[in-house]
Amino acid sequence: MRGGKLIRYILMRLLQAVPVVLGVVVLNFLLLQLAPGDAATVLAGEAGGAPPEYVEQLRSRFGLDKPVLVQLVVYLKNILLLDLGFSFRNNAPVLGLILDRLWPTLLLMGATLIVSVGGGVTLGVLAAIWVRTWRDHLISVVAVVAYATPLFWVGLMLILVFSIRLDWFPTSGMEDVVAFNEGWKRVVDIAHHLVLPTVTLSLFYLALYARLMRATVLEQRGAEYATTARAKGLTERAITLRHVLRNALLPIVTMAGVQVGALLGGSVVVETVFAWPGLGQLAFQSLFARDFNLLLGIFFLSACVVVLVNLVVDVIYVLLDPRIRVGGNT
Amino acid sequence: MTGSSRVADDRSTHDDLVLQIRSLSVALPAWADRSLAVKEVSLTIGKGETLCVVGESGSGKSVMARAILRLLPGPHVRIVGGQVLLEGEDVAQADARRMRQIRSGRIAMVFQEPMVALNPLMTVGRQIEEILEVHTDLSRAARRRRVVATFEDVRLPDPERIFGAYPHELSGGQRQRVMIAMSLVLEPKLIIADEPTTALDVTTEAQILTLLKELQQRHGTALLFITHNFGVVAEIADRVAVMRHGEVVEYGDADEVLIRPKHPYTRSLIDAVPSLVPRKRVSEPEKAPAEPILTVRGLEKTYGGRTTSLQWLARLVPRLSRGSRGAVHAINHIDLDIIRGSAVALVGESGSGKSTLARCLIGLERADAGSVTVAGTEIVGLNRRAWRPLRSRIQMVFQDPFASLNPRTKVGDIIARGAILQGEGASAAMAQAHKLLELVGLEARAAERYPNEFSGGQRQRIGIARALAVKPDILIADEPVSALDVSVQKQVLDLLDDLRRRFGLTMLFITHDLRVAAHVCEEIVVLKNGRIVERGATADIFADPQHDYTRTLLASVPGRDWQIQLGGKTPIVAK
Amino acid sequence: MTKPFWVRFVGNPRVAFGLIWLALVVISALAAPLIAPPDPFAIIGRPFAQPFGAFSLGTDSLGRSVWSGLVHGARTTLLIAVVATLGAVVFGGLVGAISGFYGGRTDDILMRVTEFFQTIPSFIFAILLVAILSPSATSVVVAIATVSWPPIARIVRGEVMGLRSREFVQAAITLGESDPAILFRQILPNALSPLIVTGSLLVATAILTETALSFLGLGAPNLMSWGFMVGAGRSFLRDAWWLVAIPGIAILLTVLSINLVGEGLNDALNPRLRTP
Repeated sequence: MRGGKLIRYILMRLLQAVPVVLGVVVLNFLLLQLAPGDAATVLAGEAGGAPPEYVEQLRSRFGLDKPVLVQLVVYLKNILLLDLGFSFRNNAPVLGLILDRLWPTLLLMGATLIVSVGGGVTLGVLAAIWVRTWRDHLISVVAVVAYATPLFWVGLMLILVFSIRLDWFPTSGMEDVVAFNEGWKRVVDIAHHLVLPTVTLSLFYLALYARLMRATVLEQRGAEYATTARAKGLTERAITLRHVLRNALLPIVTMAGVQVGALLGGSVVVETVFAWPGLGQLAFQSLFARDFNLLLGIFFLSACVVVLVNLVVDVIYVLLDPRIRVGGNT
Repeated sequence: MTGSSRVADDRSTHDDLVLQIRSLSVALPAWADRSLAVKEVSLTIGKGETLCVVGESGSGKSVMARAILRLLPGPHVRIVGGQVLLEGEDVAQADARRMRQIRSGRIAMVFQEPMVALNPLMTVGRQIEEILEVHTDLSRAARRRRVVATFEDVRLPDPERIFGAYPHELSGGQRQRVMIAMSLVLEPKLIIADEPTTALDVTTEAQILTLLKELQQRHGTALLFITHNFGVVAEIADRVAVMRHGEVVEYGDADEVLIRPKHPYTRSLIDAVPSLVPRKRVSEPEKAPAEPILTVRGLEKTYGGRTTSLQWLARLVPRLSRGSRGAVHAINHIDLDIIRGSAVALVGESGSGKSTLARCLIGLERADAGSVTVAGTEIVGLNRRAWRPLRSRIQMVFQDPFASLNPRTKVGDIIARGAILQGEGASAAMAQAHKLLELVGLEARAAERYPNEFSGGQRQRIGIARALAVKPDILIADEPVSALDVSVQKQVLDLLDDLRRRFGLTMLFITHDLRVAAHVCEEIVVLKNGRIVERGATADIFADPQHDYTRTLLASVPGRDWQIQLGGKTPIVAK
Repeated sequence: MTKPFWVRFVGNPRVAFGLIWLALVVISALAAPLIAPPDPFAIIGRPFAQPFGAFSLGTDSLGRSVWSGLVHGARTTLLIAVVATLGAVVFGGLVGAISGFYGGRTDDILMRVTEFFQTIPSFIFAILLVAILSPSATSVVVAIATVSWPPIARIVRGEVMGLRSREFVQAAITLGESDPAILFRQILPNALSPLIVTGSLLVATAILTETALSFLGLGAPNLMSWGFMVGAGRSFLRDAWWLVAIPGIAILLTVLSINLVGEGLNDALNPRLRTP
């Protein structure tokens, strides 16, 4: 019964996500109208002092001469048909461009989520178990420092130490293109390239999770239900693993949902530092090229990702916490 | 050791003793206001016996109970002396491994708040099964059978279903039954129950007490029962220990201590328990014309089912709802007339709608339908501005003295503010505040201090002074003593009663406690599920309740028989 | 019983460390033209001079003083972060206070808007805003404030909502106090400490955002800043690592200090929450 309800809930949430995503698209569309210059002026500018007639011609070709509202309606209609338009800068359909860049970004984000949540939770629990010993203090100090380190700087320092000085990892890119690796060798190569960007992007959230987890485990160990478990004759270890851990994971799950939005932002920086061929870099380039169709497409897609991840997080929450009721219709 | 305690000890021969506590001391952390939470306490509990430890907050009774199972919080609160002998074995010296065997196996514990004492993310069946997993080598199926059998033992309905239920899916009474089942499952020698009925409604409390007595007889378990409520003691205790400031001040057989208390502190505590003897009308009712100052007609209030026009917007970004919250009909077509100068108690258990009714009357809650007139003025549907002149007619005293005073405002300003809002000059209002402070039994100097410098009882006096500052006709008191210790309760009740007579106030007294209602009010209105089930003169209702629910409520008041015996008065309470 | 606030606060060694470093940064930012070459963009010597040589912290690829860049950068970074945080706290605080105080539909609408803003990845949104407004100190402030207010709004809303249902606020209502008076006399004084703590921690986040923006070349174009220095030194990482390391360490220590002070503030303001 619960399973059926859950599926209904997921479908309902997906339906409800549509207006949110469209809202993000509309907001960004309108904001971009405020930006100085458009694709036509940029292209014309690059052509080198092109005559105004040429600019006008470009505008009408791109549909930029129509009223803003008309452009918006046309754009929304296209988006609903999954037509994200054409990037005149790259001379290619936006959807194709984005899909090409999507998987490197998803790979980076996925690896980061695993490392930060997994590492953070483990370190946090260990620090709580070792509370007020030197090992706890060590974890706490490292976490506090990592929590204050700028992302781009960590990336550069890692490159300096591990690529330039020690030559353990490559400085940039996602794979060794000239090596033409295939199959398993290619996987290993990509994994090798993935290490430094993942560490860079993970560090901040790893520190955050470790601190959050330590605090929550300590707090929950003082909760009354933990005393009950103690009165039952359980060992401290069993109390932590069986009772406290699951309760302490709830805030982590919430936080992981928040992290995903931030990861997309962080990937702009990390992809720039490591020349990782992902969406973040693409967004950055399209912004400077005033390639608004491409930029809007990326915003649309990232809104979709955030909404989807929030849904996944809520479903995990429902599975973890029986107090939350799904499908309660009002 | 006091003389009475030696007498009590001699009663049981050594073989019968389950637990012997010998001059147990528990240290408090250095920053606490005293160095020992428990000071050289010696107690014994025999087989199948119930020992009640009574005390007010801060008496060290709970710390003592937890010290037996070594469940004290942190490194700072620890046993610093004495022995805890469980059938001759010193539990205070047991190593961690032996301690785990003793917990649940030999001594089990029932906590005050089952909602927080149970893990919210685990089914209750699993939480009990876990005990069997740790202490026995029963198979999974056998463990389950044993748990279900224990659920039956504590009279839980549909034990198979409850096995798979989560704590939040059960009622408060059911959760406490689960806790009791948890303590029973290994048939321990001793069960320690730390205020196990304090969080429950009075009718549920009566059921749980009956269950505990019955189980104890059937299993022969010894029971150490911690409580602040002398009524409960009278219901359940074989022997009683009274604690104050970490020390046992009186210790002996229940009959002795309850009827002929020796220590002055015990006597003062027992005297402070409001008697069940209903009071008579103060003023001559014949003389005063029956002029209602407050009239309620067809009042309705429903919670939940909110957001009507914005539902489409709410659907855009839905949030998960915690627990179930359907629409609740909090008060359901209430009609009520309050005569000027009378004191009326609104009595009901949680969820009866008594507080909602009070909040509708004072304008903190907007009624859905119906009418309320205060001295002829309709107040339902009034906005804040139109309410303002009425503020000087009707005022409220709140429940929680620690939440009802702004911690960042001086006491004088808190009291003077109401008068200033009614147009009084600042200095005149402050002068009046000083007088009011003296009137409620505090010093005028208190005006210069902040609320956190006062105790709970003193704060409640300040709250009363604040309400009186606008010279109201009607005073609504919403459970004004339920957060206070017994000895303080009585003082605050007497103060309210005195002020009421002196100023001719009309008082509406919200309470769950029939004792308190009988002590201060001549009239009682019994509420259940948002409806009035019975109303009448206190004496009449106590003597001859008409409604079944009222009868149940009266029968549930713990320690009734004891008080009748104690007062030596004719039993006005119907049997 | 408990020690006074200042003793608890400054007596904490972490807080003391944070306060000392922050004091150094603020003083050198204020005194920048006096203690370093007044124009951080001026060429003072040969390029790529090593630190602790002729030019205190060395020179960059164009021969500009790193020390001068550092103290002038402190001005830019701190000013932008503090102003942006103030903006976010005022706006988010207002939204949260109204939302929490009035509840019901007002709350519904305001919280939907807040949640909506949280759906947009904040850093990308900040980049977009700076690009649209064209890079300048003002646009960086606006962008950071715009992406920072939603969490403040939510915290203040929760705080106000909790306080609004407290009995002392109910008592004020029954005495006939007006809405603004209740909000400003009863609720806000009690909501101040979480707001101060969150606000101080937000300054740290704002510094991280500002430096990341200027690292990407989206900072104020004619102002020296720490992020810009890291970005400019990036190409010479192999040969002149100190161009990246020095401003990075400055950022790290400053953000760390603010976090330590903010947490110390939290511990000192809510002593009961402290783990013993």
